[in-house]
Amino acid sequence: MNDFMLMRKNLFRKPVRTALLILSILMAFAILGVMFSFNAALSNVNTLPTRMVSLSKINFTESLPMAHYDRIARMEGVAAATHMNWFGGYYQDPRSGFLPVFAVDPETYFQVYAEDLEIPAAQRDAFFGERTAMLVAAPVAERYGWRIGQRIPLNSNIFSQADGSRVWDFVLVGTIPTPPGSSQTGSVLIHYDYFNETITFGRDRIGWVPFLTNSATLNDRVANAIDRRFANSADETSTQDEETFNKSFAAQLGNIALVVTLVVGSAFIAILLIVGTTMALAVRERTKEVGVMKTLGFSSARVLRMVLGESLLLSFLGAALGMLAAAGLLVLMASATGGQGPPISFAPSVLAWGALIALGLGLVTGLAPALGAYRMSIIDALGRR
Amino acid sequence: MPDLIRLTDVEKGYVRGKEKISIFDKLTMRIEEGDFVAIMGPSGSGKTTLLNLLGGTDRADKGSIEFAGKHIEKLSEGKLTQWRASNVGFIFQFYNLMPILTAAQNVELPLLLTKLSPAKRRENVATALKIVGLEDRARHRPREMSGGQQQRVAIARAIVSDPKLLLCDEPTGDLDRTTADEILSTLQVLNRDLGKTIIMVTHDAAAAKFAKRTLHLDKGRFDERELAA
Repeated sequence: MNDFMLMRKNLFRKPVRTALLILSILMAFAILGVMFSFNAALSNVNTLPTRMVSLSKINFTESLPMAHYDRIARMEGVAAATHMNWFGGYYQDPRSGFLPVFAVDPETYFQVYAEDLEIPAAQRDAFFGERTAMLVAAPVAERYGWRIGQRIPLNSNIFSQADGSRVWDFVLVGTIPTPPGSSQTGSVLIHYDYFNETITFGRDRIGWVPFLTNSATLNDRVANAIDRRFANSADETSTQDEETFNKSFAAQLGNIALVVTLVVGSAFIAILLIVGTTMALAVRERTKEVGVMKTLGFSSARVLRMVLGESLLLSFLGAALGMLAAAGLLVLMASATGGQGPPISFAPSVLAWGALIALGLGLVTGLAPALGAYRMSIIDALGRR
Repeated sequence: MPDLIRLTDVEKGYVRGKEKISIFDKLTMRIEEGDFVAIMGPSGSGKTTLLNLLGGTDRADKGSIEFAGKHIEKLSEGKLTQWRASNVGFIFQFYNLMPILTAAQNVELPLLLTKLSPAKRRENVATALKIVGLEDRARHRPREMSGGQQQRVAIARAIVSDPKLLLCDEPTGDLDRTTADEILSTLQVLNRDLGKTIIMVTHDAAAAKFAKRTLHLDKGRFDERELAA
């Protein structure tokens, strides 16, 4: 027998109560694991320090005239530029999930995103050469069972063609490997020219302009120059580095960081109150036993350590099981999305945060009862007066 | 026999609300090593307070308490705790065993404070349980044992670290006559054969007869003739 065994036995003296407590902590940590991983995955996209994006100053969804692209591409300090449009697509049934389809200018797009587009030359050339060609991230092709050479009809829930149809036919000419952090995760790339000629509104307009600068040290200067160039025009721009742009793109789904903080925070405040109250009650029920231990010669500090240890054990048990549950949920989520979204998996930082929060939870919930046990006099505990 | 305990001019009181209640006023007494003393007296006479002071679970307001020549009133809280673990065994009326632990684990508790190896601890636990006749109940939890058996486990826990002094607070108060006599006989054996000094507080005159001598305490004072005897 040792102190740890005593802590463990004390913790499980009422198995149902402890199981329910562990379950509640497990749920909080499962939420934490999923939300943090989700947030980390959204932020964990490879960025280039020299890659920047110009978009409408009003809103991410506001388009810009094509002339902006030409002017930006010719500006001093800009090494290469391209343009992109959001197509807003789905395959056959909107319930099958949205597809991040981008209408791009193939040659310039491959210049600006070269490091994430390492595909066979034949596939690249096929994409460049065929107006209806389409490149997709490999997991997307796998999910829908698409094969190279296959004709794929994609629907847009934004645009329509002159005949009223919302369906465009594309030919799959290649797949893009998407290692973790790839900017192409979930991407579907189509030709801007084909898209532009067939849409009934928004023609000759572009969504945003990604570009590379000659050096990251020029970023601020180039950004200011671009935004000044279009200041007081009908289409003012906001130019930002890629990381900021990605965050604002993710923010279209909502303020993820705020949602994570609020949801996880609420869960943990509730858990803090539940576990704190239960721990205090559990130690109060053992007042006499604490008195006996002190009578036998256990020091107050040792009793404090044992109560705190019990609360930490509870917290870490719940946290470990919660993280395990989160990992399982993330696997389920990944298989449900078919790899369309960013690859969500446990980042080491999620585990580190989990451990840190478990430590805090254990200390905070155990501190009051532990101090109570520390201060408890033998006379009062045993009612020996 | 030399004195094991010597109390000199001990004063002790409690504050209840705005009132100070004096329990002992210049209490002086001594107890020889190997003695078996029963302390009797009405409720509120100070019996339990005396045990608290002798066991170092409470402190005197004034006066000195010597144990084998050592002034325990001068010890720090930490040192007093260590002294208690090495020198005093406690036996309570309601056994005060840990319900989550087996008999053997309950007996082993005080040994967690020593540097004994697990094997040596197990050996000492087995010996203590054998002395109280419960070697076959080592794996039972308190709720699986009778009151008498639980009190025997408590006695084994009190003697396992081989203390010189056993303090018993109404050790048979919760037991029937036959079981009580068995427990008291066990205490006699511990006193006679193992040389333990035993101080037992009791309301039961029949229990007091198992002791070598009985002291009557009333309003914080012993009968002077009994003390002198």
